[in-house]
Amino acid sequence: MQLRKVTAASAAVLALALTATACGSEDKDDAAGSGGGGKITIGIKIDQPGLGLKTPDGKFAGFDVDVATYIAKELGFDAKNIEFVETKSADRETAIERGDVKFIAATYSINDERLQKVDFAGPYLLAHQDVLVRADDNTIKSPEDLNNKKLCSVTGSTSAKNVKEKLAPKAQLQNYGGYSECLTGLENKAIDALTTDDSILAGYAAQEAHKGKFKLAGFKMTNENYGIGLKKGDADLKKKVDAALTKMVSDGSWDKAVEANFGPANYKNEKAPEIGNVVK
Amino acid sequence: MEAREIVFDFLEGYDLLGAFWVTVKLTVYSALGALIWGTLLAGMRVGPVPLMRGFGTAYVNIVRNIPLTVIIVFASLGLFQTLQVTLGGGDNFETVNFRLAVLSLALYTAAFVCEALRSGINTVPAGQAEAARALGLSFTQVLRLIILPQAFRSVVNPLANVLIALTKNTTVAAAIGVVEAAYLMKDMIEAEAQLILISAIFAFGFICLTLPTGLVLGWVSKKVAVKR
Repeated sequence: MQLRKVTAASAAVLALALTATACGSEDKDDAAGSGGGGKITIGIKIDQPGLGLKTPDGKFAGFDVDVATYIAKELGFDAKNIEFVETKSADRETAIERGDVKFIAATYSINDERLQKVDFAGPYLLAHQDVLVRADDNTIKSPEDLNNKKLCSVTGSTSAKNVKEKLAPKAQLQNYGGYSECLTGLENKAIDALTTDDSILAGYAAQEAHKGKFKLAGFKMTNENYGIGLKKGDADLKKKVDAALTKMVSDGSWDKAVEANFGPANYKNEKAPEIGNVVK
Repeated sequence: MEAREIVFDFLEGYDLLGAFWVTVKLTVYSALGALIWGTLLAGMRVGPVPLMRGFGTAYVNIVRNIPLTVIIVFASLGLFQTLQVTLGGGDNFETVNFRLAVLSLALYTAAFVCEALRSGINTVPAGQAEAARALGLSFTQVLRLIILPQAFRSVVNPLANVLIALTKNTTVAAAIGVVEAAYLMKDMIEAEAQLILISAIFAFGFICLTLPTGLVLGWVSKKVAVKR
């Protein structure tokens, strides 16, 4: 008898779970269906302040988001008809190839390996690998000064390894799961410098909680040309996106977006890159 | 031969064995720590002093309900970065992180060891403890000479479970930069376009570690079981 009660209970739970999931998928279908052909799906990052961040109220903010919204507008889509989805670094090529997203604006640097799989419009931003230090720390003036300093980056990132192998072999390397832990360490002086693309660093330093505490050192250790990733061979879309980016720069929206997203971090951005001009 | 070389040539330049060796070391050191601290906790929980019983109960219920990632990241951010606890690792991040990871894993796993052991203590008939007390043995003597030897023999299998879980939990140490298997896996996935193959290799590596653990300890469990 006892057993039968348990079985009944678990059956009920299972049935509930099934109905719940069924509801969920139905809702989604409805949303997609009612939009008809009027929606556009864009891949962004949702965890990088200043570039692509999902805010607690469910909206998206950042430079990549501003650029993507502008392009979508030029392609004929209202802001409310844009659906942003997260594309993690490792998933970006697959998402484009499968057609999950129309295009990707997610700190996507143009390089030869990626050009074999996808096409790029742009570039729309020229970033460099840089280091973030405490605002009152004046001991790090060149990459070589990082010797005997404590350098932080995230697991799986190549930026810190580049520094250690090429520029400052005596630097101590600490890897964390996310940049936030590095920033805590930087604030506590357990870490002396945090390294990755300057645009990402500027985004973190410009966050409300970090304003005025950190500064960019301004080393241009690499060139990262952020482009808009598109399906390979879609020349028509590439032309339209390029035109949208050109217009964004010429009407001043580009400068406004840079100022709004990276402004407070002493970030000396490069001029808006020319379309098709990939700086090696 | 050639096909194998083509499929696995992305492994070159990675210290796969070295990373798994760190995993093994993390497991062994934290298992020892957890066994000792877990036994002490179990002793406290069945002991006659209310304060110690209360401490043991509180410790187990708090620690086993906190996610391991939180404990490990707290050890790094709280103990190391803020309080500058280096556990004798000095200025070397690698040593400090490794020791912090061992400390966190041991403290966390001890809660599970304690509960496994306590269930073993409950299998020893109460009459044995009473008889030992009647002979004039103190509480620690009863525990050490009569209860624990029998309790341990009946919980080899549950402890093997805890050990296997611990082996896999060591992957969380990657969050604070300990270069063990999961850390290397993240590195490789980022640099090579071989997601499924890399994951399969690491899954296989962990099976190589945990399957023998389970088999050997299962056999030991049968050997030493108390026949009642």
